[in-house]
Amino acid sequence: MAKLNHILLAATALVAVSGCAKKRPQTLPPAPLTGPSGAAGGPVRAGDGAGEGAIVPGSDADFRRSVTSNTVNFGLDQYDIDPQARSILDSQAEWLQRNPNVRITIEGHCDERGTREYNLGLGDRRANSAKNYLAARGVSPARMTTISYGAERPLALGSDEQAYAQNRRAVTIVIG
Amino acid sequence: MTNRESLPFGPSLSKPRPAPGRQRKGSLSTSAGRTGWVGLVAFLLATPAMAQEPAPAAPRQPQPAGQDSELVVDVTGGISAPMPIAIPTMPTPAVADTPAGSTDTLGRQLSEIIATDLRNSGLFTPIQPAQLRTVAFPEVTAPAFDYWGGTGAQALVQGFIRATGDGNLTVGCYLYDVSARTELTRQGFVVPPADWRRAAHKCADSIYARLTGEGPYFDSRVVYVSETGPKARRIKRLAIMDQDGANHRFLTNGQSIVLTPRFAPNQQSIVYMSYLNDRPAIYVYDIGSGRQRLVVQNASLTFAPRFSPDGRWILFSMATAGNTDLYRVPAGGGAPQRLTNSPGIDTGGSYSPDGSRIVFESDRSGGQQLYVMNADGSNQNRISFGGGRYATPAWSPRGDLIAFTRLSGNFRIGVMSPSGGGERLLTDSWKDEGPNWSPNGRVLTFNRSGRGSGGSEQLWMVDLTGVNERRIPTPLDGSDPAWGPLRP
Repeated sequence: MAKLNHILLAATALVAVSGCAKKRPQTLPPAPLTGPSGAAGGPVRAGDGAGEGAIVPGSDADFRRSVTSNTVNFGLDQYDIDPQARSILDSQAEWLQRNPNVRITIEGHCDERGTREYNLGLGDRRANSAKNYLAARGVSPARMTTISYGAERPLALGSDEQAYAQNRRAVTIVIG
Repeated sequence: MTNRESLPFGPSLSKPRPAPGRQRKGSLSTSAGRTGWVGLVAFLLATPAMAQEPAPAAPRQPQPAGQDSELVVDVTGGISAPMPIAIPTMPTPAVADTPAGSTDTLGRQLSEIIATDLRNSGLFTPIQPAQLRTVAFPEVTAPAFDYWGGTGAQALVQGFIRATGDGNLTVGCYLYDVSARTELTRQGFVVPPADWRRAAHKCADSIYARLTGEGPYFDSRVVYVSETGPKARRIKRLAIMDQDGANHRFLTNGQSIVLTPRFAPNQQSIVYMSYLNDRPAIYVYDIGSGRQRLVVQNASLTFAPRFSPDGRWILFSMATAGNTDLYRVPAGGGAPQRLTNSPGIDTGGSYSPDGSRIVFESDRSGGQQLYVMNADGSNQNRISFGGGRYATPAWSPRGDLIAFTRLSGNFRIGVMSPSGGGERLLTDSWKDEGPNWSPNGRVLTFNRSGRGSGGSEQLWMVDLTGVNERRIPTPLDGSDPAWGPLRP
């Protein structure tokens, strides 16, 4: 609990922020960048901020560094939200509630071990699974759109189980 | 191991039938664009020796040539013993310059295209041109059978090419039985210079049809997705080419992902799916004008489009709220009509040639399987019960078979009857997918993928025996091939 008190103490000295103990506190611009959590690393895109190192609140960069991950993964041919995905989507839902005017799109993706058209349908299933979960956590469906990329945009390029597991995913992206 | 007929003269996969080409005499195309195919004309030349009319409809008895019977190629057994055929350079009565080149050069190229078509069918072995002597123009209708018999050829193709003087080309095409010393068929074609290759394909078609009894397929085109770039971000463009890879051109510029194109039955447009503006939707692309239009307005994700055989409908899949079903919409636009309503992913879809039924894939039973229904969505019945999953069904234009991708470890191309029996697998690679039929229902084109981050995407063809498997040359990688109809 000592750590919690420390964070709350720090938070009161900053611009008001919701008192969610699980979150890292927001930093004021300009601030040294750390890579966004969960997603495949890399610096914040330049257009997201007012300059090098600036992260606009409510932007996709802000989203990615605030939530546990912008990506949930699925089993082979599956589209159900497992416990790990639940906790990731919970953190997304909390951020979305703190940023109520932000819209998102959820991309559904598949691994290459499926035929092309079926994968378009399966990607749609996964995107909608994530969307439905977020809706059940209080995010208005009117803020959310979905798109399926089937197996057209793999994250990992190998033809092995490790790569396939990474490619079976739903990615939440803030679009403004 | 593919399951093919082992007897050299075993039963054909289907009864030989008269070449539909014979019914096309005198047909003229409506030249919607620059390709004004003028059509067939009767010859007005010196009478040839013994112009026989080939026998119609009776099923042929495959017998070795030269045994006092007609020359015949068995499409199943012939694979193991391709027929030696001589196709010498076509002479020209007068060398003339044309926009397609000079007529003597064209004469050589015509014979090469015919030889390539016939060789690629797997049923013929053209004798090397270097071993054939030059044929003079008068000899075209009076072959030197003594000489040709000595080359080992069982069949002989002779022809000619001539500039007509009004800007067109005339190509003559004669087929002879070498040992019987008879003419088997003749055809003539008048073509604009831009279409000169089609005369060769038409000639090869008439030879193929006459000798096998099967329908023609060489004068046709393939539309597909040309691919390049890194696997995570492939640049995909619609492309069209002749079935032998010639006359290749790109139709889209690669700025949006494009998938699964299909020809309209009249070949004047292509329906396909595009991610234009990040909104995956289906479009009809007019080949002549290059313009395209959105098929279904205000829809969520739509994909997998196909035309009905009469061109009146576009069958497609639409995903709403996480569920994908089959719909059809009038080809000119309008309100989509739902055909399936299951909690599974229902997609794919291929019409029977008479347009009365549709075969499609659905995972409503737990994994992808094949189902057949009436074209209005009624009477849906599963037809696949083998030991794997089945996807991407394609109904043969002859109606006798349904091709599919079977997923059981590897992805393999196979065929089955429309009731689901008689399953045969034709290929055996890591990932072969998406079979699509030639116009005569004897050859399948499909997409073969390579493993790993550098894995390539290629177009391949295989015929119904499963033996004659070969890659189609494309400038870049390729996927989603769709074979167009025979050109009129």
